[in-house]
Amino acid sequence: MSRTITIRAMKYNPQSKLSKAHFAEYKLEETDGMTLFIALSKIRETMDADLSFDFVCRAGICGSCGMMVNGTPRLACRTLTKDFPDGVIQLMPMPAFKLLKDLSVDTGNWMNGMSKRVESWIHTNHKPDISKLEAPMEPKLADETFELDRCIECGICVAACGTKLMRPNFIGAVGLNRVARFAMDPHDERTDEDFYELVGDDDGIFGCMSLVACEDNCPKHLPLQSKIAYMRRKLVALR
Amino acid sequence: MSDLIEGFLGKSIEGKKSRMPAKLDYLQSATGLFLGLFMWGHMFFVSSILISKDFMYTITKFFEGSAFLKEPQSWLVSIVVFIVFVIFISHALLGMRKLPINFRQWQAYRTHMSMMKHEDTSLWFIQAFTGFAMFFMGSAHLFMMMTKAHEIGPFGSSDRMYSDFMWPFYLLLLLAVEFHGGIGLYRLCVKWGWFEGEDAKISRKKLKQAKWAITVFFLALGLLTLAAYVKIGYEHREHVGERYIPTAQIEMQYDVKVRA
Repeated sequence: MSRTITIRAMKYNPQSKLSKAHFAEYKLEETDGMTLFIALSKIRETMDADLSFDFVCRAGICGSCGMMVNGTPRLACRTLTKDFPDGVIQLMPMPAFKLLKDLSVDTGNWMNGMSKRVESWIHTNHKPDISKLEAPMEPKLADETFELDRCIECGICVAACGTKLMRPNFIGAVGLNRVARFAMDPHDERTDEDFYELVGDDDGIFGCMSLVACEDNCPKHLPLQSKIAYMRRKLVALR
Repeated sequence: MSDLIEGFLGKSIEGKKSRMPAKLDYLQSATGLFLGLFMWGHMFFVSSILISKDFMYTITKFFEGSAFLKEPQSWLVSIVVFIVFVIFISHALLGMRKLPINFRQWQAYRTHMSMMKHEDTSLWFIQAFTGFAMFFMGSAHLFMMMTKAHEIGPFGSSDRMYSDFMWPFYLLLLLAVEFHGGIGLYRLCVKWGWFEGEDAKISRKKLKQAKWAITVFFLALGLLTLAAYVKIGYEHREHVGERYIPTAQIEMQYDVKVRA
Protein backbone atom coordinates (compact mmCIF):
# COMPACT_ATOMS: atom_id res chain seq x y z
CA MET A 1 0.00 0.00 0.00
CA SER A 2 1.46 3.32 -0.99
CA ARG A 3 1.79 6.18 1.47
CA THR A 4 2.35 9.88 1.29
CA ILE A 5 5.86 10.96 2.12
CA THR A 6 7.11 14.41 3.02
CA ILE A 7 10.30 15.77 1.56
CA ARG A 8 11.61 18.85 3.31
CA ALA A 9 14.37 20.40 1.24
CA MET A 10 16.54 23.37 2.05
CA LYS A 11 16.28 26.09 -0.54
CA TYR A 12 18.77 28.90 -0.86
CA ASN A 13 20.54 30.67 -3.66
CA PRO A 14 23.74 32.30 -2.38
CA GLN A 15 24.06 34.16 -5.69
CA SER A 16 20.87 36.09 -5.05
CA LYS A 17 20.65 38.88 -2.53
CA LEU A 18 16.91 38.33 -2.33
CA SER A 19 17.13 34.64 -1.51
CA LYS A 20 16.54 33.62 2.10
CA ALA A 21 17.44 30.16 3.26
CA HIS A 22 14.36 28.12 4.16
CA PHE A 23 12.94 24.62 4.03
CA ALA A 24 10.33 23.89 1.38
CA GLU A 25 7.97 21.02 2.09
CA TYR A 26 6.68 18.69 -0.62
CA LYS A 27 4.18 15.89 -0.20
CA LEU A 28 4.05 13.09 -2.74
CA GLU A 29 2.85 9.55 -3.19
CA GLU A 30 5.54 6.96 -2.63
CA THR A 31 5.97 4.43 -5.42
CA ASP A 32 7.61 1.00 -5.39
CA GLY A 33 11.40 1.19 -5.27
CA MET A 34 11.31 4.97 -5.08
CA THR A 35 14.73 6.51 -4.55
CA LEU A 36 15.34 10.05 -3.39
CA PHE A 37 16.50 10.85 -6.88
CA ILE A 38 13.13 9.72 -8.29
CA ALA A 39 11.27 11.68 -5.60
CA LEU A 40 13.26 14.83 -6.28
CA SER A 41 12.79 14.50 -10.05
CA LYS A 42 9.05 14.16 -9.50
CA ILE A 43 9.03 17.24 -7.28
CA ARG A 44 10.91 19.20 -9.90
CA GLU A 45 8.60 18.01 -12.69
CA THR A 46 5.31 18.52 -10.90
CA MET A 47 5.74 20.88 -7.97
CA ASP A 48 8.82 23.06 -8.02
CA ALA A 49 10.77 23.55 -11.24
CA ASP A 50 13.13 25.84 -9.35
CA LEU A 51 14.49 23.13 -7.02
CA SER A 52 18.17 22.50 -7.74
CA PHE A 53 19.95 19.21 -7.16
CA ASP A 54 22.68 17.30 -8.99
CA PHE A 55 22.60 13.92 -10.65
CA VAL A 56 24.06 12.17 -13.69
CA CYS A 57 24.13 8.38 -13.62
CA ARG A 58 21.28 7.46 -11.20
CA ALA A 59 23.20 4.30 -10.32
CA GLY A 60 25.70 5.26 -7.61
CA ILE A 61 28.58 5.49 -10.03
CA CYS A 62 29.08 9.15 -10.86
CA GLY A 63 28.98 10.46 -7.30
CA SER A 64 27.04 13.60 -8.22
CA CYS A 65 23.97 13.35 -6.02
CA GLY A 66 25.48 13.46 -2.53
CA MET A 67 23.34 15.36 -0.04
CA MET A 68 22.53 15.39 3.67
CA VAL A 69 19.60 13.06 4.19
CA ASN A 70 18.15 13.48 7.67
CA GLY A 71 21.55 14.76 8.74
CA THR A 72 23.68 12.03 7.16
CA PRO A 73 25.48 12.37 3.82
CA ARG A 74 24.19 9.88 1.28
CA LEU A 75 23.80 9.41 -2.44
CA ALA A 76 20.23 10.38 -3.38
CA CYS A 77 20.12 7.78 -6.15
CA ARG A 78 20.94 4.96 -3.73
CA THR A 79 18.64 6.02 -0.95
CA LEU A 80 15.24 4.38 -0.89
CA THR A 81 12.37 6.40 0.55
CA LYS A 82 10.91 3.24 2.11
CA ASP A 83 13.88 3.17 4.50
CA PHE A 84 12.39 6.12 6.39
CA PRO A 85 9.53 4.66 8.44
CA ASP A 86 7.96 7.99 9.43
CA GLY A 87 7.97 9.11 5.79
CA VAL A 88 9.59 12.46 6.57
CA ILE A 89 12.90 13.13 4.85
CA GLN A 90 14.88 16.29 5.41
CA LEU A 91 17.39 17.22 2.74
CA MET A 92 20.24 19.69 2.97
CA PRO A 93 23.25 20.34 0.76
CA MET A 94 26.53 18.74 1.78
CA PRO A 95 28.60 21.03 3.99
CA ALA A 96 32.30 21.69 3.32
CA PHE A 97 31.69 22.32 -0.38
CA LYS A 98 30.74 25.54 -2.13
CA LEU A 99 26.97 25.82 -2.15
CA LEU A 100 25.66 26.50 -5.65
CA LYS A 101 21.92 26.45 -4.99
CA ASP A 102 19.50 24.45 -2.83
CA LEU A 103 20.89 20.90 -2.73
CA SER A 104 23.53 21.45 -5.36
CA VAL A 105 27.17 21.89 -4.32
CA ASP A 106 30.40 22.17 -6.26
CA THR A 107 32.31 19.00 -5.50
CA GLY A 108 34.07 19.01 -8.89
CA ASN A 109 36.36 21.97 -8.35
CA TRP A 110 37.15 20.83 -4.82
CA MET A 111 38.09 17.34 -6.04
CA ASN A 112 40.17 18.84 -8.81
CA GLY A 113 42.04 20.93 -6.25
CA MET A 114 42.52 17.89 -4.04
CA SER A 115 43.90 15.84 -6.95
CA LYS A 116 46.42 18.55 -7.74
CA ARG A 117 47.33 18.96 -4.09
CA VAL A 118 48.19 15.29 -3.63
CA GLU A 119 49.59 15.06 -7.18
CA SER A 120 47.20 12.30 -7.97
CA TRP A 121 49.03 10.66 -10.81
CA ILE A 122 51.84 8.14 -11.29
CA HIS A 123 55.24 9.73 -10.84
CA THR A 124 57.98 7.90 -12.67
CA ASN A 125 61.35 8.70 -14.18
CA HIS A 126 60.70 6.30 -17.04
CA LYS A 127 59.02 7.61 -20.13
CA PRO A 128 55.99 5.36 -20.46
CA ASP A 129 55.55 3.57 -23.75
CA ILE A 130 51.80 3.45 -24.19
CA SER A 131 52.09 0.92 -26.99
CA LYS A 132 53.32 -1.66 -24.47
CA LEU A 133 51.62 -3.34 -21.54
CA GLU A 134 52.18 -1.83 -18.11
CA ALA A 135 54.69 -3.60 -15.84
CA PRO A 136 52.80 -6.36 -14.00
CA MET A 137 51.99 -6.20 -10.27
CA GLU A 138 51.42 -8.91 -7.71
CA PRO A 139 47.71 -9.76 -8.04
CA LYS A 140 47.07 -9.26 -4.32
CA LEU A 141 48.74 -5.86 -4.36
CA ALA A 142 46.93 -4.93 -7.55
CA ASP A 143 43.61 -5.83 -5.92
CA GLU A 144 44.39 -3.74 -2.86
CA THR A 145 45.59 -0.79 -4.95
CA PHE A 146 42.74 -0.77 -7.43
CA GLU A 147 40.24 -1.29 -4.65
CA LEU A 148 41.10 2.27 -3.60
CA ASP A 149 40.52 3.46 -7.14
CA ARG A 150 36.83 2.66 -6.74
CA CYS A 151 36.42 6.08 -5.11
CA ILE A 152 33.80 8.03 -7.04
CA GLU A 153 34.69 11.42 -5.51
CA CYS A 154 31.15 11.91 -4.29
CA GLY A 155 32.36 14.02 -1.37
CA ILE A 156 30.41 12.07 1.22
CA CYS A 157 33.53 11.34 3.29
CA VAL A 158 34.33 15.05 3.26
CA ALA A 159 30.79 16.08 4.25
CA ALA A 160 30.76 13.48 7.04
CA CYS A 161 34.05 14.66 8.51
CA GLY A 162 33.85 16.81 11.65
CA THR A 163 37.53 17.69 11.30
CA LYS A 164 36.98 19.04 7.81
CA LEU A 165 34.06 21.16 8.97
CA MET A 166 36.19 22.76 11.67
CA ARG A 167 39.30 23.08 9.55
CA PRO A 168 38.52 23.94 5.93
CA ASN A 169 42.04 23.18 4.65
CA PHE A 170 41.94 19.58 5.84
CA ILE A 171 42.47 17.27 2.87
CA GLY A 172 39.77 14.79 3.93
CA ALA A 173 39.63 11.02 3.61
CA VAL A 174 39.32 11.18 -0.16
CA GLY A 175 42.72 12.90 -0.39
CA LEU A 176 44.40 10.59 2.11
CA ASN A 177 42.93 7.57 0.34
CA ARG A 178 44.37 8.86 -2.91
CA VAL A 179 47.82 9.23 -1.38
CA ALA A 180 47.59 5.69 0.03
CA ARG A 181 46.60 4.42 -3.40
CA PHE A 182 49.76 5.83 -5.03
CA ALA A 183 51.95 4.92 -2.06
CA MET A 184 50.95 1.29 -2.59
CA ASP A 185 51.35 1.30 -6.35
CA PRO A 186 54.81 0.03 -7.42
CA HIS A 187 54.46 1.97 -10.68
CA ASP A 188 54.73 5.17 -8.67
CA GLU A 189 58.35 5.90 -7.78
CA ARG A 190 57.61 8.48 -5.12
CA THR A 191 59.15 7.82 -1.71
CA ASP A 192 57.53 8.24 1.68
CA GLU A 193 59.49 11.49 1.96
CA ASP A 194 57.73 12.71 -1.18
CA PHE A 195 54.33 11.80 0.23
CA TYR A 196 55.24 13.54 3.47
CA GLU A 197 55.72 16.75 1.51
CA LEU A 198 52.14 16.39 0.26
CA VAL A 199 50.23 15.46 3.40
CA GLY A 200 52.69 15.51 6.29
CA ASP A 201 51.05 18.28 8.30
CA ASP A 202 47.96 19.22 10.29
CA ASP A 203 46.00 19.85 7.09
CA GLY A 204 46.88 16.34 6.00
CA ILE A 205 47.39 13.02 7.72
CA PHE A 206 48.21 14.49 11.16
CA GLY A 207 45.05 16.58 11.18
CA CYS A 208 42.81 13.51 10.99
CA MET A 209 41.10 13.00 14.37
CA SER A 210 39.97 9.45 13.53
CA LEU A 211 36.27 10.23 13.77
CA VAL A 212 35.79 7.58 11.05
CA ALA A 213 32.49 9.03 9.80
CA CYS A 214 34.21 8.87 6.39
CA GLU A 215 34.47 5.09 6.59
CA ASP A 216 31.01 4.65 8.08
CA ASN A 217 29.30 6.64 5.34
CA CYS A 218 31.37 5.85 2.23
CA PRO A 219 28.86 4.54 -0.35
CA LYS A 220 31.59 2.42 -1.95
CA HIS A 221 32.66 0.91 1.40
CA LEU A 222 36.30 1.82 0.90
CA PRO A 223 38.72 0.84 3.69
CA LEU A 224 39.37 4.47 4.62
CA GLN A 225 40.06 3.84 8.30
CA SER A 226 42.78 1.29 7.50
CA LYS A 227 44.38 3.31 4.75
CA ILE A 228 44.54 6.49 6.83
CA ALA A 229 46.15 4.48 9.67
CA TYR A 230 48.53 2.94 7.11
CA MET A 231 49.65 6.36 5.86
CA ARG A 232 49.95 7.71 9.39
CA ARG A 233 52.21 4.82 10.42
CA LYS A 234 54.34 5.24 7.31
CA LEU A 235 54.79 8.98 7.59
CA VAL A 236 55.29 9.16 11.35
CA ALA A 237 58.13 6.61 11.04
CA LEU A 238 60.18 8.96 8.83
CA ARG A 239 63.26 10.49 10.39
CA MET B 1 68.58 32.22 10.75
CA SER B 2 67.15 29.07 9.16
CA ASP B 3 64.55 28.91 11.98
CA LEU B 4 63.51 32.45 11.09
CA ILE B 5 63.07 31.53 7.45
CA GLU B 6 61.24 28.30 8.28
CA GLY B 7 58.98 30.11 10.74
CA PHE B 8 58.15 32.69 8.12
CA LEU B 9 57.66 30.39 5.14
CA GLY B 10 56.34 27.31 6.93
CA LYS B 11 58.98 25.19 5.22
CA SER B 12 62.74 24.80 5.42
CA ILE B 13 65.27 26.55 3.20
CA GLU B 14 65.37 23.36 1.11
CA GLY B 15 61.60 23.69 0.70
CA LYS B 16 60.84 20.71 2.96
CA LYS B 17 58.02 20.36 5.44
CA SER B 18 58.84 20.20 9.13
CA ARG B 19 58.79 16.77 10.79
CA MET B 20 57.32 18.42 13.87
CA PRO B 21 53.62 17.67 13.09
CA ALA B 22 54.53 13.97 12.89
CA LYS B 23 56.37 14.12 16.19
CA LEU B 24 53.53 15.99 17.88
CA ASP B 25 50.98 13.49 16.61
CA TYR B 26 53.13 10.61 17.85
CA LEU B 27 53.74 12.25 21.23
CA GLN B 28 50.06 13.01 21.69
CA SER B 29 49.31 9.34 21.21
CA ALA B 30 52.24 8.14 23.32
CA THR B 31 51.40 10.39 26.28
CA GLY B 32 47.72 9.48 25.96
CA LEU B 33 48.54 5.77 25.93
CA PHE B 34 50.74 6.14 28.99
CA LEU B 35 48.10 8.13 30.89
CA GLY B 36 45.28 5.78 29.86
CA LEU B 37 47.14 2.70 31.03
CA PHE B 38 48.40 4.49 34.12
CA MET B 39 44.80 5.27 35.07
CA TRP B 40 43.89 1.59 34.89
CA GLY B 41 46.69 0.78 37.32
CA HIS B 42 45.83 3.79 39.46
CA MET B 43 42.22 2.68 39.76
CA PHE B 44 43.27 -0.78 40.93
CA PHE B 45 45.56 0.85 43.47
CA VAL B 46 42.94 3.19 44.96
CA SER B 47 40.25 0.51 44.89
CA SER B 48 42.39 -1.62 47.23
CA ILE B 49 40.39 0.10 49.98
CA LEU B 50 37.47 -2.14 48.97
CA ILE B 51 39.44 -5.15 50.22
CA SER B 52 40.60 -3.63 53.49
CA LYS B 53 42.22 -0.58 55.03
CA ASP B 54 45.29 -2.66 55.79
CA PHE B 55 45.63 -3.71 52.17
CA MET B 56 45.37 -0.11 50.95
CA TYR B 57 47.90 0.90 53.61
CA THR B 58 50.32 -1.83 52.48
CA ILE B 59 50.07 -0.71 48.85
CA THR B 60 50.60 2.94 49.85
CA LYS B 61 53.70 2.00 51.77
CA PHE B 62 54.90 -0.17 48.90
CA PHE B 63 54.86 2.90 46.63
CA GLU B 64 56.77 4.75 49.32
CA GLY B 65 59.50 2.14 48.97
CA SER B 66 58.70 -0.17 51.91
CA ALA B 67 60.08 -3.11 49.93
CA PHE B 68 63.62 -1.73 49.91
CA LEU B 69 63.71 1.06 52.52
CA LYS B 70 63.72 0.74 56.28
CA GLU B 71 61.47 3.76 56.58
CA PRO B 72 59.01 4.36 53.68
CA GLN B 73 59.46 7.78 52.06
CA SER B 74 56.45 9.69 50.68
CA TRP B 75 58.67 11.91 48.50
CA LEU B 76 59.13 8.89 46.25
CA VAL B 77 55.44 9.15 45.46
CA SER B 78 55.83 12.90 44.94
CA ILE B 79 58.50 12.23 42.31
CA VAL B 80 56.28 9.75 40.47
CA VAL B 81 53.37 12.21 40.61
CA PHE B 82 55.63 14.95 39.28
CA ILE B 83 56.58 12.77 36.29
CA VAL B 84 52.92 11.94 35.67
CA PHE B 85 52.09 15.65 36.00
CA VAL B 86 54.66 16.56 33.33
CA ILE B 87 53.25 13.90 30.98
CA PHE B 88 49.72 15.08 31.79
CA ILE B 89 50.52 18.72 30.96
CA SER B 90 52.31 17.63 27.77
CA HIS B 91 49.30 15.60 26.71
CA ALA B 92 46.98 18.53 27.47
CA LEU B 93 49.16 20.87 25.41
CA LEU B 94 49.24 18.45 22.49
CA GLY B 95 45.53 17.68 22.70
CA MET B 96 44.66 21.36 22.77
CA ARG B 97 45.66 21.62 19.11
CA LYS B 98 42.57 19.64 18.18
CA LEU B 99 39.95 21.58 20.13
CA PRO B 100 37.60 24.01 18.42
CA ILE B 101 39.26 27.40 18.85
CA ASN B 102 36.58 29.83 17.77
CA PHE B 103 32.81 30.11 17.75
CA ARG B 104 32.42 29.08 14.12
CA GLN B 105 34.37 25.85 14.62
CA TRP B 106 32.34 25.08 17.74
CA GLN B 107 29.07 25.87 15.96
CA ALA B 108 29.95 23.86 12.85
CA TYR B 109 30.95 20.80 14.88
CA ARG B 110 27.94 20.94 17.21
CA THR B 111 25.51 21.31 14.31
CA HIS B 112 27.17 18.50 12.39
CA MET B 113 27.23 16.22 15.42
CA SER B 114 23.61 16.75 16.40
CA MET B 115 22.50 16.41 12.78
CA MET B 116 24.48 13.31 11.87
CA LYS B 117 24.20 11.41 15.16
CA HIS B 118 27.34 9.43 14.34
CA GLU B 119 28.66 7.72 17.46
CA ASP B 120 32.39 8.27 16.96
CA THR B 121 31.82 11.92 16.04
CA SER B 122 29.78 12.42 19.23
CA LEU B 123 32.32 10.51 21.32
CA TRP B 124 35.02 12.90 20.18
CA PHE B 125 33.03 15.81 21.56
CA ILE B 126 32.77 14.06 24.93
CA GLN B 127 36.49 13.37 24.75
CA ALA B 128 37.25 17.03 24.02
CA PHE B 129 34.89 18.29 26.74
CA THR B 130 36.20 15.93 29.43
CA GLY B 131 39.75 16.70 28.34
CA PHE B 132 39.11 20.41 28.82
CA ALA B 133 37.56 19.77 32.25
CA MET B 134 40.61 17.75 33.24
CA PHE B 135 42.94 20.67 32.47
CA PHE B 136 41.70 22.01 35.80
CA MET B 137 40.53 19.01 37.78
CA GLY B 138 43.42 16.73 36.85
CA SER B 139 45.95 19.49 37.57
CA ALA B 140 44.39 20.23 40.97
CA HIS B 141 44.43 16.55 41.94
CA LEU B 142 47.98 16.00 40.75
CA PHE B 143 49.24 19.10 42.54
CA MET B 144 47.59 17.96 45.76
CA MET B 145 49.07 14.48 45.47
CA MET B 146 52.49 15.86 44.64
CA THR B 147 52.59 18.23 47.60
CA LYS B 148 50.68 16.08 50.09
CA ALA B 149 51.81 12.59 49.16
CA HIS B 150 52.40 11.84 52.86
CA GLU B 151 48.64 12.15 53.48
CA ILE B 152 47.74 9.31 51.13
CA GLY B 153 46.39 6.44 53.19
CA PRO B 154 43.17 4.85 54.42
CA PHE B 155 42.34 7.73 56.78
CA GLY B 156 44.12 10.61 55.06
CA SER B 157 42.45 9.92 51.69
CA SER B 158 39.06 9.33 53.34
CA ASP B 159 39.27 12.55 55.36
CA ARG B 160 40.00 14.37 52.11
CA MET B 161 36.81 12.94 50.61
CA TYR B 162 34.47 13.57 53.55
CA SER B 163 35.83 16.15 55.96
CA ASP B 164 37.50 18.27 53.24
CA PHE B 165 34.33 17.84 51.16
CA MET B 166 36.26 16.76 48.08
CA TRP B 167 33.98 13.92 47.04
CA PRO B 168 31.94 16.02 44.55
CA PHE B 169 35.23 17.04 42.94
CA TYR B 170 36.38 13.42 42.73
CA LEU B 171 33.03 12.27 41.42
CA LEU B 172 33.34 14.68 38.50
CA LEU B 173 37.01 13.79 38.00
CA LEU B 174 36.15 10.09 37.94
CA LEU B 175 33.53 10.62 35.23
CA ALA B 176 35.90 12.80 33.20
CA VAL B 177 38.82 10.38 33.48
CA GLU B 178 36.86 7.25 32.65
CA PHE B 179 35.08 8.73 29.65
CA HIS B 180 38.14 10.54 28.33
CA GLY B 181 40.48 7.61 28.89
CA GLY B 182 38.13 4.99 27.52
CA ILE B 183 37.32 6.93 24.37
CA GLY B 184 40.96 7.95 24.00
CA LEU B 185 42.33 4.41 24.13
CA TYR B 186 39.68 3.23 21.68
CA ARG B 187 40.55 6.09 19.32
CA LEU B 188 44.25 5.28 19.59
CA CYS B 189 43.55 1.78 18.30
CA VAL B 190 41.53 3.16 15.39
CA LYS B 191 44.06 5.89 14.66
CA TRP B 192 47.09 3.63 14.39
CA GLY B 193 45.31 0.53 13.11
CA TRP B 194 46.01 -1.60 16.19
CA PHE B 195 44.09 -4.89 16.50
CA GLU B 196 42.72 -4.31 12.99
CA GLY B 197 42.91 -7.93 11.88
CA GLU B 198 41.40 -8.99 8.57
CA ASP B 199 38.33 -6.79 8.75
CA ALA B 200 38.73 -3.33 10.29
CA LYS B 201 34.97 -2.84 10.51
CA ILE B 202 34.41 -5.94 12.61
CA SER B 203 37.44 -5.27 14.80
CA ARG B 204 36.29 -1.68 15.41
CA LYS B 205 32.90 -2.94 16.48
CA LYS B 206 34.59 -5.29 18.94
CA LEU B 207 36.92 -2.54 20.12
CA LYS B 208 33.97 -0.32 20.82
CA GLN B 209 32.22 -3.05 22.77
CA ALA B 210 35.39 -3.57 24.78
CA LYS B 211 35.70 0.17 25.29
CA TRP B 212 32.19 0.40 26.76
CA ALA B 213 32.72 -2.68 28.91
CA ILE B 214 35.97 -1.24 30.30
CA THR B 215 34.35 2.16 30.91
CA VAL B 216 31.42 0.59 32.77
CA PHE B 217 33.79 -1.62 34.79
CA PHE B 218 36.06 1.25 35.85
CA LEU B 219 33.14 3.58 36.52
CA ALA B 220 31.51 0.97 38.77
CA LEU B 221 34.81 0.26 40.51
CA GLY B 222 35.47 3.99 40.86
CA LEU B 223 32.03 4.75 42.31
CA LEU B 224 32.30 1.91 44.80
CA THR B 225 35.77 3.05 45.78
CA LEU B 226 34.63 6.65 46.19
CA ALA B 227 31.70 5.47 48.34
CA ALA B 228 34.11 3.41 50.48
CA TYR B 229 36.38 6.42 51.11
CA VAL B 230 33.38 8.64 51.93
CA LYS B 231 32.07 6.01 54.38
CA ILE B 232 35.45 5.69 56.11
CA GLY B 233 35.80 9.49 56.12
CA TYR B 234 32.36 9.82 57.75
CA GLU B 235 33.24 7.28 60.45
CA HIS B 236 36.57 9.00 61.00
CA ARG B 237 35.17 12.56 61.06
CA GLU B 238 35.89 13.05 64.78
CA HIS B 239 39.56 12.18 64.31
CA VAL B 240 40.50 14.12 61.20
CA GLY B 241 44.23 14.23 60.68
CA GLU B 242 44.98 11.03 62.57
CA ARG B 243 47.04 8.60 60.53
CA TYR B 244 46.07 4.99 60.01
CA ILE B 245 47.82 2.38 62.10
CA PRO B 246 47.76 -1.05 60.50
CA THR B 247 46.11 -3.88 62.44
CA ALA B 248 49.37 -5.85 62.78
CA GLN B 249 51.02 -2.87 64.47
CA ILE B 250 48.06 -2.41 66.89
CA GLU B 251 48.19 -6.11 67.78
CA MET B 252 51.92 -5.83 68.39
CA GLN B 253 51.43 -2.77 70.63
CA TYR B 254 48.62 -4.61 72.45
CA ASP B 255 50.89 -7.64 72.87
CA VAL B 256 53.66 -5.51 74.32
CA LYS B 257 51.21 -3.85 76.75
CA VAL B 258 49.75 -7.20 77.87
CA ARG B 259 53.22 -8.66 78.45
CA ALA B 260 54.25 -5.58 80.40
